[in-house]
Amino acid sequence: MDIASYLSLLYNDYTLRTITLGTAILGSVTGMLGSFAVLRKQSLLGDAISHAALPGIAIAFLITGSKDSNILLLGALISGLIGTFWIRGIITKTHLKSDTALGLILSLFFGFGMLLLTFIQKQPNANQAGLEKYLFGQAATLVEADIWLMAGITGICLFVLFLFWKEFKMLLFDSDYTKTLGFNTKAIDILITTFIVLAIVLGLQTVGVVLMSAMLLAPAAAARQWTNSLGVMVFLAALFGAFSGVLGTAISAGYNNLSTGPVIVLVAAVIVVLSFVFSPNRGLLFKQIRLIKNRRDLQLHKTLAFMYRIAETHDNISHPHTIKILNNFQGYTRGTLQKLVEKNYVVLHGNMWSLTSEGFKRAQNLYNQQSDRNE
Amino acid sequence: MNSAQIEIQLIASLVAIACAIPGTFLVLRKMAMISDAISHSILPGIVIGFFITHNLNAPLLIILATLTGIITVVLVEYIQKTGLVKEDTAIGLVFPALFSIGVIMIAKNANDIHLDVDAVLLGELAFAPFDRFSINGRDFGPKSLWIIGSILLGILILLFAFFKELKLSTFDKGLAASLGFSPAILHYGLMSVSSITTVGAFDAVGAILVVALMIAPAAAAYLITNDLKKMLLLATGFGVLSAISGYWLAHILDASIAGSITTMLGLLFLVVYLFAPNRGVIAVIYREKQQRTEVSLLTFLLHLKNHTEKNERHVNHLQEHINWQKVRAKNVLNLALKNNMIFIEHDIVSLTKKGNEFSSKAIDYIITNEDGQIEDMKDDFFLFRG
Repeated sequence: MDIASYLSLLYNDYTLRTITLGTAILGSVTGMLGSFAVLRKQSLLGDAISHAALPGIAIAFLITGSKDSNILLLGALISGLIGTFWIRGIITKTHLKSDTALGLILSLFFGFGMLLLTFIQKQPNANQAGLEKYLFGQAATLVEADIWLMAGITGICLFVLFLFWKEFKMLLFDSDYTKTLGFNTKAIDILITTFIVLAIVLGLQTVGVVLMSAMLLAPAAAARQWTNSLGVMVFLAALFGAFSGVLGTAISAGYNNLSTGPVIVLVAAVIVVLSFVFSPNRGLLFKQIRLIKNRRDLQLHKTLAFMYRIAETHDNISHPHTIKILNNFQGYTRGTLQKLVEKNYVVLHGNMWSLTSEGFKRAQNLYNQQSDRNE
Repeated sequence: MNSAQIEIQLIASLVAIACAIPGTFLVLRKMAMISDAISHSILPGIVIGFFITHNLNAPLLIILATLTGIITVVLVEYIQKTGLVKEDTAIGLVFPALFSIGVIMIAKNANDIHLDVDAVLLGELAFAPFDRFSINGRDFGPKSLWIIGSILLGILILLFAFFKELKLSTFDKGLAASLGFSPAILHYGLMSVSSITTVGAFDAVGAILVVALMIAPAAAAYLITNDLKKMLLLATGFGVLSAISGYWLAHILDASIAGSITTMLGLLFLVVYLFAPNRGVIAVIYREKQQRTEVSLLTFLLHLKNHTEKNERHVNHLQEHINWQKVRAKNVLNLALKNNMIFIEHDIVSLTKKGNEFSSKAIDYIITNEDGQIEDMKDDFFLFRG
């Protein structure tokens, strides 16, 4: 399917349009909030919360008997929050570490949720089918009302983010300082955590419990590679999230039997890999290039220093020497010699070289001072 | 109890023991979340193995899945080493990606294979007794029992052979390395054992329960003891206890066995979390309250020691001067009286000889920055604690 026909399908097909919009909104809101989770070193919190939300869905169904996604998500929100605060309780009140607390809550809540789900399945209630969709997510079940809910919560989230931007930022990078300035750090902390839980719960229906954490992490981890500014990072993460949502939906729409959630996660993972490799400042590729360049510069300096040691022994620093004597020296190559000539440190006459006065001076100060030029 | 029920409980108990042993070390090494990552990311390995063998119990499948688990660990460590993201982010990035690949592989071939993601994540212990292991028509019990039994045997042999090394490298990596025990080998050894256990157990109890069985018993045991041997024993005990009680809960509710075992584990952890002596939440809160009162008492005694003038030591004045709430002031005053630290004459509070001695010693410790000693001193002086 080419792009034009996909776009026209997108325009005409209600379901596809709804899903695309839904995953785009979801991707942007999780990307935004995920940035905070990643920077606060709470990356795996998302994983724990999404699993912890499962019993909430089951209990909400057991109590109300309805399959209205809003009610179920409310249950998920409550049990997600309980899980979050229990994690915090374990970390602060006992000597168990955060990884243990996360793993505990994740597996225990999820297991309890599974117990309830299987229990519900055995109940004589025709309404029960479909709760499993929260396990792996089914974007196809999104309807317009869900999109409105997502858009509304994203709006609130944006509003709060703008309102408390300064506080969030400060808490993120210097929580002690924030405390001394008299901000209620606990309240800010609870606020941001609640929004993270909210975003996770929103995504359960679309990508499911198991893969939700990747939606939170991947766009933020990718965005982190391109910038050092929080504002830009949040914006980029939202963009990456929305992009993976749209592209993932498009790919999974093109094939049969391809659920949307895993495809979105894989698209996001590809973005992460690309960012890891190609980002200009932190990326592995450019880091390697910089490494090689630095090594070359070092070779150049080595050759220059070697020449200096020879020139030093003569009264006339520009006394010519044969290139041959450089041959035993490891730093020497034709290339480095040519580079030294380009920099006007060395003059070549046939197969003789001599240091210029500029080169001599440079070599003399090689270990004394930083180079003023960016070599 | 019929024989199938006994077999199920036996399998569940063996899985619990096999998980608790590596789990204890994972919890102590602060790597609990890696077990979660492994349990998810073995999915593509299982799927590929299943394509080839069409049998969930085939040795090749177990080897492939274990390899995927180890690849996960290596990938996480590689990403971590680049310094681009923190360790937990690396874990969170790797396993959903691998899991997604597995899910997509299953979805693309849904018509050819009978493998369900639910089955991998949740398992179904109730079916385990039906897959029998037989040679020449003779029945040797369920296959899962043999698989998990041999894995457990391997774990026990490794545990007894390398207990000293594991203990050392868990608590003092530097010393272990300097004594010549390669931390890398022990690390990857533990990771391989965790992967094998996860893979061997997933078929019976599902990947999520494996995580619960690894972390929860060890965490509960860690709240009770600091001794590694006791912790291992307690963890296995907790595991087996919840495995058997979980089975009966599932029997009563007619629900998933894996879910019920996890729920029992959750209840068990909750009880230990609340009531563990010394480390439980209630004990911690009680001790915090006690210490708060005792610190107030010390402040109060030092105040008395510093002021000889009568108006500073008047009962009514104390409350406004030290600015305590009424209840707390009364508490502290009563505690001091009970411990014979002070006496009250005509509403004037004075230190007794004992109170004087106590506060002088305390201030010595505070000045020399040895606040810890005050705790020991309290045992000598106090008849009643705060």
